[in-house]
Amino acid sequence: MTGPAIRARGLKKRFGEVRAVGGIDIEVSKGELFGFLGPNGAGKTTTMSMLTGLSRPDAGSIEIGGIDCSRNPKAAQHLIGVVSDESNLYPELSGFDNLCFSGALYGMRRQDRSRKASELLELFGLVDASSRKFSGYSKGMKRRLVIAAAIMHSPPLLFLDEPTSGIDVESSRMIRQLLTGLHRQGVTIFLTTHFIGEAERLCDRIAFIASGRIVRTDTVERLLQPVQGRYALTVSLSGGCPIPLGELEVAFPGLDFQLQAPDELRVESGEPLKAGSLVRFLEDRGVEVIEARKRVLSLEDVFVEITGIGAGSMLKEKEGRWR
Amino acid sequence: MKTWIAFWSIVRKDMKAYYLKPPNVSWGLLFPLAWTGMFLIRSGQDTHSLQSVLPGMIALSVLFGTSSMLAVAVTFEKKARAFDRLLLSPIPLVLLMLAKTSGAILFGMFNALVPVLLGFWFADLSGTDWSMVVPAVLLIAVVSTYLSLLLAILATEVFEVQTLSNFVRFPMIFLCGLFFPVTALPWFLQPLSFMLPLTYGVDILHAAIQGEQILPAALDFAALAGFCLLLFSLSLHSINRHWIG
Ligand SMILES: Nc1ncnc2c1ncn2[C@@H]1O[C@H](COP(=O)(O)OP(=O)(O)OP(=O)(O)O)[C@@H](O)[C@H]1O
Ligand SMILES: [Mg+2]
Repeated sequence: MTGPAIRARGLKKRFGEVRAVGGIDIEVSKGELFGFLGPNGAGKTTTMSMLTGLSRPDAGSIEIGGIDCSRNPKAAQHLIGVVSDESNLYPELSGFDNLCFSGALYGMRRQDRSRKASELLELFGLVDASSRKFSGYSKGMKRRLVIAAAIMHSPPLLFLDEPTSGIDVESSRMIRQLLTGLHRQGVTIFLTTHFIGEAERLCDRIAFIASGRIVRTDTVERLLQPVQGRYALTVSLSGGCPIPLGELEVAFPGLDFQLQAPDELRVESGEPLKAGSLVRFLEDRGVEVIEARKRVLSLEDVFVEITGIGAGSMLKEKEGRWR
Repeated sequence: MKTWIAFWSIVRKDMKAYYLKPPNVSWGLLFPLAWTGMFLIRSGQDTHSLQSVLPGMIALSVLFGTSSMLAVAVTFEKKARAFDRLLLSPIPLVLLMLAKTSGAILFGMFNALVPVLLGFWFADLSGTDWSMVVPAVLLIAVVSTYLSLLLAILATEVFEVQTLSNFVRFPMIFLCGLFFPVTALPWFLQPLSFMLPLTYGVDILHAAIQGEQILPAALDFAALAGFCLLLFSLSLHSINRHWIG
């Protein structure tokens, strides 16, 4: 590959009335692990389809490894491996045969296919299932095999669309370790996800996408700067907060109060917070506190700040399946 | 070289994974077996009438064999999004579609063996010109595969494809001279017959097996080849439009 691994300019895509992607620029350097982060329907999959040659942009240009994709899409496809958001291997074939077939599509010879397939089955912990049909695999096993299939031909650039969605903690941890390993070997990775924590841990750089537009692209370090050393406390209340926020700010100088939801109070500070005094203050005034949770501010908060989108749905999923 | 590895792997995989799938067995193998058997019993010992139904039986077996195989290998994979894997791979689209249709073409030709073998048993095929039957069967298989391919691209659901292809398949049984000559049709239907590719294929089979034909064989072959090219390029065009949206 020459030039940046991915360079896209002014990509646009509509589906009838829906503007799926509204003019975005992406540049990913060689060897980078790039996160593409956004809520459901933001346009992540649509963007990835255009970058991988599965759909044509209405406007804009794409270069993969210096190859102009509108002129020479098939040459660019040699360089990439793709993990789509569905586990779309062949249900009739065994794990081993699926991998060999994937390798064959990229012109690998028989011996190379078998050797690489065995290696990957070992690496992904699927040796015992290698001769079983794909249709009988569990969700997590399917996901792992799909990733293995995408790297059969050792592509220098790997696209993944939500590789850890809907699978258990163990499988997602294994996948994240594998991605880190590939990253260390110099593979460029374009990772689409709506798990903010996942992106924060894995990626070098992140683009936030919302409603078909990139809101911001930066390194994880720089994105985290504004929240560095900030602390937050989330207090869930039963039946809302009858006390005006101004009164709370007077009682607790130096703290920022905000009503995140009618029954959820958010407190922010540059110092580590003590929950006890605030909870006592509230309870003394007849407010019932259900839960108070302390945490260090993270990329989630940056995301909410930048996009203006309540990260609610993204966070919930994250808590359930991540860590 | 690399592209051919991909090409053969696709053909081999489709044959291995789909030839014995239930829809293929029932539509592809049992259906022609049942029809041919029924005709054989009806015509009894009258070998001439056996020879007159054999071309129709062969065409029918090929038609149903190719379209059921194609529905599995293309429509099914497209629906399950496994087809995306092929579109994402570096194989040129033309070769990819040739590979995806080869399995169906071979399956259709293999199906033609059912009535041919039964014909050997019950009828007198000594006068048959096999050097015309084999290429005719090949071209019928190709043309009906590409026709099914075009329908498969225009429809998205497996059942839609089946419904749509029945709209095409059943009229063709009556209009293409399978069991009675095209010339026996009412005059206003005859132009329609000559717009359907199967008419030309069946005409060659009648010539080879019975020695009766409407058009010169060279014209039949040329028309079939023309339909093959036309349908294939229409299919490629539609894939480019509809599937790489
Ligand atoms: N084939 C299509 N036809 C019509 N609309 C589409 C199509 N594909 C995507 N869209 C629309 O485009 C928008 C972006 O969809 P996209 O799948 O790219 O989002 P996403 O960021 O991948 O979301 P998710 O996190 O749910 O996977 C959505 O509004 C979606 O409904
Ligand atoms: Mg998506």
